[in-house]
Amino acid sequence: MVEHGDVRVVHRGGSKINFREPVISNDSSFLLCASGDCVKVFSTATEECVHDLRGHSGLVTGVRLRPSNHLQVYSCSLDGTVRLWDFTDGILIKTYVIGYPIYSIYTSANHEGVIFIVTAKSDQGSELFQLVAVQLRQCAEQVVEAREFSAVLPDVTSKPAAIDFGRGGEYIASVKAQQLEVFFFKKQKSYRFFLREDNKKGGKNTFTCVVCHPKDDCIATGHEDGKIRLWRNFNQKKEYTYSTMHWHHGAVGSLCFTPEGTNLLSGGVESVLVQWRYNQESEKDFLPRLGAAITHIVVSPDGALFCTSHSDNKITIIQSCVKVSAVIQGLVNGDGVRTDLMVDPHSKAMVLNGKPGHLQFYSLQRDKLLYNLDIVQQEYIHEEGLQQFEVVKAAFTSSGDWLATVEERQQKAADLELNLKLWAFDEQTQSFVLNTTISAPHEARITAMCFCHAAGSQTTMLVSTSKDGHFKAWQLAEAAHTQDEGSSSSWSCDFVGSYHGLVPESCCFSADGSLLAVSFQEVVTVWSPSSWELLTTLSQPPGAIRHLCFGRLSCSKYLLGATDNSLLCCWNLLTCSLEWSTAMATSLLLVDPLSENIAAFCYQAGSTDLFVFKPNEPRPLFSQKAVCSGKVNRAVFAPREEMLESCEESSQWLNRSQLYFLTPYMDLMTFSTKAEEDKLMASSKQLVIDDSIAMTPFSLLLGKHRQQQENQDPLSVLSAERSPLPQGSAAIKELLQTPAHVLPSTSFLCSLFVQSLLISVTDSREEDKHVEEEMESDKENSDEEMESGTSRPEGGSVVDQYVHAADRPLTKAQIREVRRVKKLDQGWMSNILDT
Amino acid sequence: MASFKPTKVQVYPKLGEKVTQDTLYWKNYKAPVQIKEFGAITNIDVSPVAPHNFAVTAFTRIHIYGAFSQEPVKTYTRFKDTAYCGRFRADGQLLVAGCEDSVVRLFDVSGKVALRMFKGHTKAVHVTDFTSDRYQILTGSDDYTCRLWDMPNTTELNRYQEHTDYIRCGVTSKLNRDLFITGSYDHTLKVFDARMEKSVMTMDHGHPVESLLLYPSEGLLVSAGGRYVKIWDLLKGGQPLVSLKNHHKTVTSLCLSSNGQRLLSGSLDRHVKVYSTTNYKVVHNFDYAASILSLALAPDDESIVVGMTNGILSMKHRKNPEDYKGVIQQRRRPSYRFFVKGKNYVPKQDDYLVSKPVKQHLAKYDKQLKKFNVSQALDTALETWVRFRKPEVTVAVIKELDRRGTLKNALAGRDEQGLSQLLNFLVGNLVDPRFAPVLVTTAEMILDIYQSVIGQSPVVDRQLLRLQDLLEREIDYQQELLEVLGMLDTMFASSLPRKQVPCSAVSRSNGLAQREAGTQLPAT
Repeated sequence: MVEHGDVRVVHRGGSKINFREPVISNDSSFLLCASGDCVKVFSTATEECVHDLRGHSGLVTGVRLRPSNHLQVYSCSLDGTVRLWDFTDGILIKTYVIGYPIYSIYTSANHEGVIFIVTAKSDQGSELFQLVAVQLRQCAEQVVEAREFSAVLPDVTSKPAAIDFGRGGEYIASVKAQQLEVFFFKKQKSYRFFLREDNKKGGKNTFTCVVCHPKDDCIATGHEDGKIRLWRNFNQKKEYTYSTMHWHHGAVGSLCFTPEGTNLLSGGVESVLVQWRYNQESEKDFLPRLGAAITHIVVSPDGALFCTSHSDNKITIIQSCVKVSAVIQGLVNGDGVRTDLMVDPHSKAMVLNGKPGHLQFYSLQRDKLLYNLDIVQQEYIHEEGLQQFEVVKAAFTSSGDWLATVEERQQKAADLELNLKLWAFDEQTQSFVLNTTISAPHEARITAMCFCHAAGSQTTMLVSTSKDGHFKAWQLAEAAHTQDEGSSSSWSCDFVGSYHGLVPESCCFSADGSLLAVSFQEVVTVWSPSSWELLTTLSQPPGAIRHLCFGRLSCSKYLLGATDNSLLCCWNLLTCSLEWSTAMATSLLLVDPLSENIAAFCYQAGSTDLFVFKPNEPRPLFSQKAVCSGKVNRAVFAPREEMLESCEESSQWLNRSQLYFLTPYMDLMTFSTKAEEDKLMASSKQLVIDDSIAMTPFSLLLGKHRQQQENQDPLSVLSAERSPLPQGSAAIKELLQTPAHVLPSTSFLCSLFVQSLLISVTDSREEDKHVEEEMESDKENSDEEMESGTSRPEGGSVVDQYVHAADRPLTKAQIREVRRVKKLDQGWMSNILDT
Repeated sequence: MASFKPTKVQVYPKLGEKVTQDTLYWKNYKAPVQIKEFGAITNIDVSPVAPHNFAVTAFTRIHIYGAFSQEPVKTYTRFKDTAYCGRFRADGQLLVAGCEDSVVRLFDVSGKVALRMFKGHTKAVHVTDFTSDRYQILTGSDDYTCRLWDMPNTTELNRYQEHTDYIRCGVTSKLNRDLFITGSYDHTLKVFDARMEKSVMTMDHGHPVESLLLYPSEGLLVSAGGRYVKIWDLLKGGQPLVSLKNHHKTVTSLCLSSNGQRLLSGSLDRHVKVYSTTNYKVVHNFDYAASILSLALAPDDESIVVGMTNGILSMKHRKNPEDYKGVIQQRRRPSYRFFVKGKNYVPKQDDYLVSKPVKQHLAKYDKQLKKFNVSQALDTALETWVRFRKPEVTVAVIKELDRRGTLKNALAGRDEQGLSQLLNFLVGNLVDPRFAPVLVTTAEMILDIYQSVIGQSPVVDRQLLRLQDLLEREIDYQQELLEVLGMLDTMFASSLPRKQVPCSAVSRSNGLAQREAGTQLPAT
């Protein structure tokens, strides 16, 4: 076993942002949402993530603005803490330790210093939840124990949409199953209203969400059958009334009143935002085709922005119900990833299927969805129980010029609809353009698909294997020689192969594209793609082969196959014999495209182990037991942007590319090395504030420079001049991140800024450059003279003075002399040229 | 908020020939003018001088047609029996014709009575031609001889009795007055020089020779006989250059386009094929109603004239581009102005440009689909024009409705007229392999929905019976096709050589490789 002390499995991006309803800040400029273990702060104008509020150790289950201070926000988490943040600066203010997992959090303006949380009723019976009020003590410490509970409602659901406060906290409404409960704080009395389980028309009356009118005594509830009920007179047991509105055909996902209470917004699986007029329920406005089912609706406190979060991990910001102004899209990983994980060679983005009928391109470096490629190109009908086209397979060529996708739709017991589409990369739009659609390429489901990887070959070839017992080779046919206008080349079938009527399971091209291996149950057949001859067959009974891959680079003579009865075999293609085999329940076999390494994920006893090995070496390079629980079926080697210089043996396999994998719970994980983490730490340390100085950005900026100069003092003048560029860029970063009102005057900063950009020049350079340099420093001189009267921190421009020292030999008179010489010189030159 | 994605109408690859320059050129003819003659038209000859009249030899007459007239300009009827091979002299003044009664007659194009009669052959004369010096006549006859006659005094100059069967075609050289070539049913082509006693060159065509053609350069000779058209290089001593086998019946006539770039051949299989003379590939094909006996092209390919066995003369004239231009321009001018009105304003420098959102144009059925009006969407897709001209659109809409799970709703609740319209469409397109998968489910649904009302309307019942007939016939076809496929498989299996696959020591248990005969079509 190889030691793996310095390689860790870490979460990397792609967490849900639609888990809980987002929060819009009072000035509508920020949007906060729970995302995995942190709270993300987005700018509503630019869609960019401004801060990650990190600190929770469990899933964040709720975010609420603090009613008494609109720049602070509470967040609760399953780790049993409530944290108070300053979200504009991203600073953790306080941590309240509750001690039990918290499922949602509520605040109300009437209850100062009290938060309401939903916790499990007792530790053993996790099905029952209760709403409790927690008194938050005022004290100076960072971490506060909050143990003063008082139960408010004994029986609620954990869904945050099922509880709402009315009239600023006079009463609280909670729904569960077919029951609406209203609790009045003043009277300390609750009223319960019941609905029958099924109404006459077979609709389901189950409550899904509740919302209270901000100004009026009115409660709106959404139901499973798409009805919205408005309840009034609920402060008595008998004479309550309700009116019903019905537009949604599916369950009402979310309800929200606008701040003045004039409109009610509702949304559901239809992905249409409906705006109802309060008291004029027949009038409604629609905003259709928002992309996916609406799960939460939030309105900004001034009512200008609506914000809907959708089931495809997306938050849409809508300006006054007419225009979508911004879309914040996270990694879409709904019910499962049907395609393999891939890396687009052009954008280096990870590619997998996302929204229904789309491929998503997700940038791993920036943790951001780049774009969705519409594969199916059909109007998506938002209806439950409808069979839709799904992208099930996709493959890139090694150059990224072609993308092949397979979409399928299995109608109830009817025959399968299959489409194979080939997309060409368009340089101008930097996107993929549909080239060929092949409907029904096979008679049954396609099991595997791969492109020929040969770099130098003229033709591109795609091989698809199917359950119908055939594999087909598709080739790009050149445009017909006739003078047809606009007819470009398209793909057509080149060869159909089969082997004894067996079902092919996987296929793989060798690195140079000269061999094609197709596994037919227990038998691996090796074909020559140039002549379509069956070269040889390899078999290692028993056990059908599930995964197949060729070795790369120095190991290209090896062919590896994993069988379903937990055997990993390696054949040598030169001798056509089995080189070695080992018992391993491989669930995924993956080749690193940049090295000889092969990663095998093995599923054993409920968890997955990872082995990284070279086919020609007996010892694995790296192995880790229990990488995650459950079976790993999707993983990818993503090439690094810059190679890591790691000398540790166990982490060398991560030098060229990084291994990402998806756990069964759709978490994107990766392996990070110590060196990488050190680097990350180093970059974050730059921003760590020294305790001795007061923590203002102003002192941060200037203190930094003082440190630099201290370092530079003992050094020679030359080295001091050469070094400023990298440090300068850090200074620029600080400059741009610091709010303008705390910065020193611009005229002062200008010289510093320009200085940091300059590439220093020594005396031995060309004369004319010196002249320019001198002019620059002249300007700075004058700047200094102007500023000398003002109070300037000493040492602020020591760097400038170094430059002066370097340039001192040339006085102004000398410069004039040089200029004159230059002019003379040119005239003389031109004279010569003329003659 | 994405916009509505319109229904995707599947584009099917166009079957049949590809559109090339040649197809465009050869399709650019008007509808043919057809004239009924008394008998099979054995020969058509185009006058070499200006009005380019046609001499059409049919039964006992020769008709002269003007370039654009449908009535004969002139008729020669002084034949005792069937006339053959009426040909113009190079100056267009004289016409010669053979006859079944073995007499060769020479006519003046302005007169009616024969100027000269050449008697000497003992059997029908099928070949006549003028030599290039204009004073001699070549004749070939069923008595196996070919002769040269002096025109002024009707004397026989030369007689060659080398062929051993009927002589049915012959050409004279346009460059040399002494050279001529004859083709005979004894499978040979012979080149004669009037200055020699014997033939100077003999080529074996391999089939009875029906037609001969000399290239304008006279370096190449084209012969037609049997199903073959063969090209001979005369300058290389009669070496065969190409053999073309594109017809499936005897090729009867040959003709060269005016620029010499294309060769046309007419055959008893009712096709005229156009070959490129550079690579001898077929570039175009004309179909005719009956077997073709004779074929001629007017100068500049102005018209194609074809004579057939049933006595119909078909003339196709080239379309004149000037005929249409005037009409189109007159109609277009005001409409262009109308559309461009107010849109050609060029914004000035300080203008603030407000761009109007581009309105998405949707087809009628898409508008209905957008509103979820499924029945109306199907109705619009079943409109007469769409249904007949673009069945793929109707099928695409049906498929889209099926995908949305609302096809049953759209199909239900139709009256007699609507249902019969739907069934009519099904009967027309159900067996089309492109549409079958979609339409079969539709048909099943219709039967499910309307089975309770069967028997109430005679119109619908008749349609249903037609549908049943159609399906039964289709099933029979499929069965036959499967039988043929099975037979082919056995043939392929027996003809393909068995090949031993190199088996490694490990995989000794594996048998032979089976290679699928590459007959499967790509599924596009």
